[in-house]
Amino acid sequence: MSAPPLSSTASAAAPSGKRPIGDVILSVQNISLRFGGVRALTNISFDVRQHEVLAIIGPNGAGKSSMLNVINGFYHPQEGKVFHKGKERLKMKPHDAARAGIARTFQNIALFKGMSALDNIMTGRNTMMKSSLLDQMLYWGRAQKEEIAHREFCERIIDFLEIEAIRKTPVGRLPYGLQKRVELGRALAAQPEILLLDEPMAGMNVEEKEDMCRFILDVNDEFGTTMVLIEHDMGVVMDISDRVVVLDYGRKLADGTPHEVRSNPDVIAAYLGGH
Amino acid sequence: MFYREAGQFKASYAADQQIFPIRQDRIAYYTLLAVAFAAVPMVANEYWMATILIPFLVMSIASLGLNILTGYAGQLSLGTGGFMATGAFAAYKLSTWDIGATFGLAEPMHLHMVFVFLGAGVITAAVGVLFGMPSLRIKGFYLAVATLAAQFFLLWLFNKVPWFTNYSTSGVISAPPRELFPGVVITGPMAHPVTKYLFLLSLVVLLALGAKNIMRCHLGRAWMAIRDMDIAAEIIGIRPMRTKLAAFALSSFYCGIAGAAWAFLYTGSVEPLAFSIEVSFKVLFMIIIGGLGSIMGSFLGAAFITLLPVLLTNGPRLLGLNIPVDIISHLEFMIFGALIIFFLIVEPHGLARLWQIAKEKLRLWPFPY
Ligand SMILES: Nc1ncnc2c1ncn2[C@@H]1O[C@H](COP(=O)(O)OP(=O)(O)OP(=O)(O)O)[C@@H](O)[C@H]1O
Ligand SMILES: [Mg+2]
Repeated sequence: MSAPPLSSTASAAAPSGKRPIGDVILSVQNISLRFGGVRALTNISFDVRQHEVLAIIGPNGAGKSSMLNVINGFYHPQEGKVFHKGKERLKMKPHDAARAGIARTFQNIALFKGMSALDNIMTGRNTMMKSSLLDQMLYWGRAQKEEIAHREFCERIIDFLEIEAIRKTPVGRLPYGLQKRVELGRALAAQPEILLLDEPMAGMNVEEKEDMCRFILDVNDEFGTTMVLIEHDMGVVMDISDRVVVLDYGRKLADGTPHEVRSNPDVIAAYLGGH
Repeated sequence: MFYREAGQFKASYAADQQIFPIRQDRIAYYTLLAVAFAAVPMVANEYWMATILIPFLVMSIASLGLNILTGYAGQLSLGTGGFMATGAFAAYKLSTWDIGATFGLAEPMHLHMVFVFLGAGVITAAVGVLFGMPSLRIKGFYLAVATLAAQFFLLWLFNKVPWFTNYSTSGVISAPPRELFPGVVITGPMAHPVTKYLFLLSLVVLLALGAKNIMRCHLGRAWMAIRDMDIAAEIIGIRPMRTKLAAFALSSFYCGIAGAAWAFLYTGSVEPLAFSIEVSFKVLFMIIIGGLGSIMGSFLGAAFITLLPVLLTNGPRLLGLNIPVDIISHLEFMIFGALIIFFLIVEPHGLARLWQIAKEKLRLWPFPY
């Protein structure tokens, strides 16, 4: 199959290639998050701009995952504000964030183990499906049409991620690298505006990492999806990100282009163990 | 050799999303339906129909119901008996409701049995949603205990409040005689087992089809997502409250219809005792042995648990052995116990999974690759 990857959505007419970075789409301001005595995040502020790939880096326990959890409403910080598209976002549930166009993947794969790869990806589109209980029980008219339309979209994601052969396999039986790919597929299925990726390449070999980088960049090009990703591999970070935020012990050390960050003395100190 | 999908290509997603994508399965399914609807009523004697097939079908509905909630949506329930009792009493109240008197008509008038069953299901669904509320807060073992409370509370209610039994003094009330079509009696002592069987079978086929369909649509996927990883489900936009309560509603709808069918089509009388905690456990065993999260497993489990006692009582006698009754009932417990442990540890997907493995082997046979 050689269908063009995923190009049926809103962006059908858009030219391929990197889109110019736009306005601030999400802004976190003075976020502080504590778990009992543990200060996971202290006074963190940064902006995420439309169409950019923003990497969050930092040593283990720096608060990177916690930052993503704050963005998608899973953790509620004690202090600070989150602005989404210019509006202050009040305390919200994760499913509200999903409906507002924020999707994510997890550091430890969080797939639905008993379901096939296809069903996992289809579940990513659940929020868009509207047929009633009765329609679904009869599997008639609207329910069937809806299923098939969404199936078509998911098949494009499956083509794009090159996982055609495993679409009917229960994900619990898939190797780690493929599970990560299916999880990306599930997040993409929601056609999110902002995609949060928590260590999408952790535990992968070089080849798998290259594939994953390619998918991330292609998604960013094709749809202009804004990406916030956490990654430990500095080579990867330098290659794919437009901007980098560095966290250390819950504090922000630096924020800038990969080049700027790499030459920042604080960052060098933190990474070379200069505490 | 003959069970192959080679040469059967799917040209559309609609074809790929059929319930039975493999032709041989489709043929087997239609054959089974034909046998159940046409051949069985002709060959089976009335005794077998009334004492084995009808309770088997009723329990299949209950086990479908519990499988929706526990097998698919992952919410453990021990309230099945209570929900079945709700269905039975709702059906009793609905069937004895004189609509004529309520609306000031000259003639007494009663709800048609089809609406009685539907109504019993809907009322039980509402009760199920009510008792499903704790699931928003608690999971697993604690939820099971909460549903156990539903079981005891509901039975206590039907025992204590005389309105439910229409103030009958004896406590045992019988299903009123009603017609399905003019001249065809479906409930009460005059109803013929074949009529009841065919009505029940149609109900079972529709309900099983409904459940199967829903599991290939978004609600079914939402349930499985909540079951497999509730936090991830919420993060991709599934609303936990609605989804869980929908599972309680649909599951209780099925259990309610099963309870009504038990009272109206099987025993002919409505009594709380028939829906004790033992029934809740029995249905749970059915889905564990048959297969959690499998429509077919619901049937296999119901068949196994309703047929095993019959086999154990009649089998040895047919073989000329004379085993005392009490030993047989002990044997029954031992076999159930052993099987439940076996399936929980070795094959949580039950008989249905074993059947699937057998089919996969057959598909490749005689070439292992
Ligand atoms: N739910 C929680 N309850 C208690 N403490 C937490 C919780 N989540 C995170 N923490 C703590 O917050 C700190 C930051 O954790 P976080 O997972 O955000 O780090 P990270 O930068 O993602 O690290 P890693 O690279 O190991 O994934 C850690 O000290 C961690 O123990
Ligand atoms: Mg982390």
